Amino acid sequence: MSAQPPVLAVENLKKHFPIRRGVLRRIVGHVKAVDDVSFAIARGETLSLVGESGCGKTTTSRCILRAVTPTSGAIRFRSGEGRDVDVAALPRSELRPVRRQMQMIFQDPYSSLNPRMTIADIIGEPLLVNGIGNLAERRQRVAELLDVVQLPRAYLNRFPHAFSGGQRQRIGIARALALNPQLIVADEPVSALDVSVQAQIINLLLELQERLGLSYLFVAHDLSVVKHVSHRVAVMYVGRIVEVAPTATFFRNPRHPYTEALLSAVPVPDPRRRAQRIVLEGEVADPSNPPPGCAFHPRCRYADERCERVTPTLQPAAGGSLVACHRAAELNLVGVAAA
Amino acid sequence: MAEPILSVRGLETFFRPDEGIVRAVDGASFDLHPGQTLGIVGESGCGKSVTARSILRIVDRPGRVESGEILLRRADGQVVDIAKLDAKSALLRDIRGGEVGYVFQEPMSSLSAYHTIGNQLMEAIRLHRDVSKADARARAIELLRMVGIPRPEQRVDSYSFELSGGLRQRVMIALALAAEPRVLIADEPTTALDVTTQAQILDLIRRIQRERNLAVILITHDMGVIAEMADTVAVMYLGKVVETGPVDTIFHAPRHPYTQALLRSIPSVLATPLSRLATIAGSIPHPYARPPGCPFHPRCESFIAGTCDAGAPPVTGLAADHEVRCFLYDDAGTRRA
Ligand SMILES: Nc1ncnc2c1ncn2[C@@H]1O[C@H](COP(=O)(O)OP(=O)(O)OP(=O)(O)O)[C@@H](O)[C@H]1O
Ligand SMILES: Nc1ncnc2c1ncn2[C@@H]1O[C@H](COP(=O)(O)OP(=O)(O)OP(=O)(O)O)[C@@H](O)[C@H]1O
Ligand code: SF4
Ligand code: SF4
Ligand SMILES: [Mg+2]
Ligand SMILES: [Mg+2]
Repeated sequence: MSAQPPVLAVENLKKHFPIRRGVLRRIVGHVKAVDDVSFAIARGETLSLVGESGCGKTTTSRCILRAVTPTSGAIRFRSGEGRDVDVAALPRSELRPVRRQMQMIFQDPYSSLNPRMTIADIIGEPLLVNGIGNLAERRQRVAELLDVVQLPRAYLNRFPHAFSGGQRQRIGIARALALNPQLIVADEPVSALDVSVQAQIINLLLELQERLGLSYLFVAHDLSVVKHVSHRVAVMYVGRIVEVAPTATFFRNPRHPYTEALLSAVPVPDPRRRAQRIVLEGEVADPSNPPPGCAFHPRCRYADERCERVTPTLQPAAGGSLVACHRAAELNLVGVAAA
Repeated sequence: MAEPILSVRGLETFFRPDEGIVRAVDGASFDLHPGQTLGIVGESGCGKSVTARSILRIVDRPGRVESGEILLRRADGQVVDIAKLDAKSALLRDIRGGEVGYVFQEPMSSLSAYHTIGNQLMEAIRLHRDVSKADARARAIELLRMVGIPRPEQRVDSYSFELSGGLRQRVMIALALAAEPRVLIADEPTTALDVTTQAQILDLIRRIQRERNLAVILITHDMGVIAEMADTVAVMYLGKVVETGPVDTIFHAPRHPYTQALLRSIPSVLATPLSRLATIAGSIPHPYARPPGCPFHPRCESFIAGTCDAGAPPVTGLAADHEVRCFLYDDAGTRRA
């Protein structure tokens, strides 16, 4: 990547949710949903966050947007004007100008749009709330946004129920773009869509990035989608990042045993490539009581005695990867490659 | 090939709510053979679940099987037409959950929160078998063990909400197998699960199929799962089966424009990073606004004006086991210019 400072730099982020029990609601433990996570995203770059359900993807994105307050760590955001702020440390009253520049796209285009508002009002709402422009200027901007997401301007006065899932997702994207954000956090933005519509939205996101220089944090569990949209991929396991790598390297040369297992589980749409897979035994560890040492060790086919005692930290590996595994250097793991 | 165990011919299942008519399944035909997996694939609302529910005759009101045959070859070699059975007949109850087991899309809504999984299994066993409670319990534990649930002697007394999504889906499969069916219908059995858990469940289905020579109908919108699991494939679009064939033909020599476009548009782990996907224009029409003629015509790149929007295309056989519903192919199965 270039020498430009990143748009977003997350440093040692932690979010621990208290577990309360009994009438006195005493704290009896903590869900370590995010536990010491660090990564950066450059301008115009997409970083995808992947991993099994409950590994902390959504909590990480909610911390970045300050929808929840982090337990500790820094979230350094560089605004369009080149100002640096630590979102984690900002008082609530000072969040608004930062939030304009980081926007969210949600998974469920059905529930994220107010059914009683017209398309014009939905897309124009962020402008109105932030006191931008007069009525005519806002109308003009909304019409332009519809062009950007390739919806006809004739839809302006319609209500969301009249639209298909893909059209609703376009409306959600138009709203997210209204304030010219630097960073878009997209939490499973295409997983509720049909295949043929999913492809349209993926292409739109790629196109918008090229045109507007957007940075994306893309949360997804579908690795096939991730392959299409990402510059780099980060894998989380029980609240921690266990591998970050440039996309091509990530898929071709995984360095972490968990990445290898995830890749091997993805069904490939070609019956001639039915492969013997690594079936991961057992279940994802409980984030309120993670196993000692490497949290993946009870399911890892390569685990040795050290893995049960010592927690590995992210270390550089060949090909530009960072990996948290004691045995990364000696293992020769299998990725996916075109035939 | 041997006789099919299940043969669906010209199935039509419509809903007639006040607002109009929904042709949820509009002429579906396919065969299923013992020990084989038929994959039914298509985008949301194309009629996959209603097809499955029609075979079991559990279509919700105001839906109804309007015509067609659902021929089941029973263990004794007799063929019954499930479509013609009386809704309350003992034979239908015997077949449903007995000879034909099923796993539904929504595991939470199909498992009771008020009964232990053991009690639900025992009830399913005793519905179709005359066995004592103690024997049914032993058999329930055996079933849980077979579907790979750890410590089945203890889990048998737990409730579904105490289990993870993956374990719950295993219980659903155990329930479906309780009466030792010869046909298993699995409707999106892995859609809500992580890829890792999905791989476990697909492995489980494959293993049980091998052990019991089960015939499986696997319903999914995921072409990857189809490629992984199916022997034969039926592709549906807006209630119509538009193409059927062996899995290799469907993926490597598809002939219907919808199958071709769908395959081009799916993201793949083999793709080049940041590459654009091919798209299908437009979106799936609303069920009340089904296009006339070929329902795919407003989105089809090969659309023939005056033909495709005028009448319904016939089914054409391209090979003994490969059929397509499209005007591009003439009676002899050759593509028109
Ligand atoms: N408000 C909360 N209070 C307590 N625990 C929470 C809260 N939000 C999330 N968690 C827990 O934190 C962990 C991480 O959850 P998170 O939603 O971030 O996972 P995820 O990776 O987004 O999963 P999915 O793929 O299912 O969306 C889970 O164990 C979850 O139960
Ligand atoms: N109870 C009902 N009343 C009215 N219409 C219904 C009912 N159930 C299903 N339909 C309609 O029948 C059609 C087929 O639905 P079906 O559930 O079979 O789709 P599907 O292929 O299983 O989709 P999905 O992938 O979303 O599960 C749809 O247009 C649906 O709206
Ligand atoms: S540190 Fe040990 S247990 Fe963890 S992934 Fe590496 S080999 Fe496996
Ligand atoms: S019948 Fe016509 S519109 Fe339909 S798929 Fe064939 S060519 Fe396309
Ligand atoms: Mg999430
Ligand atoms: Mg369905």
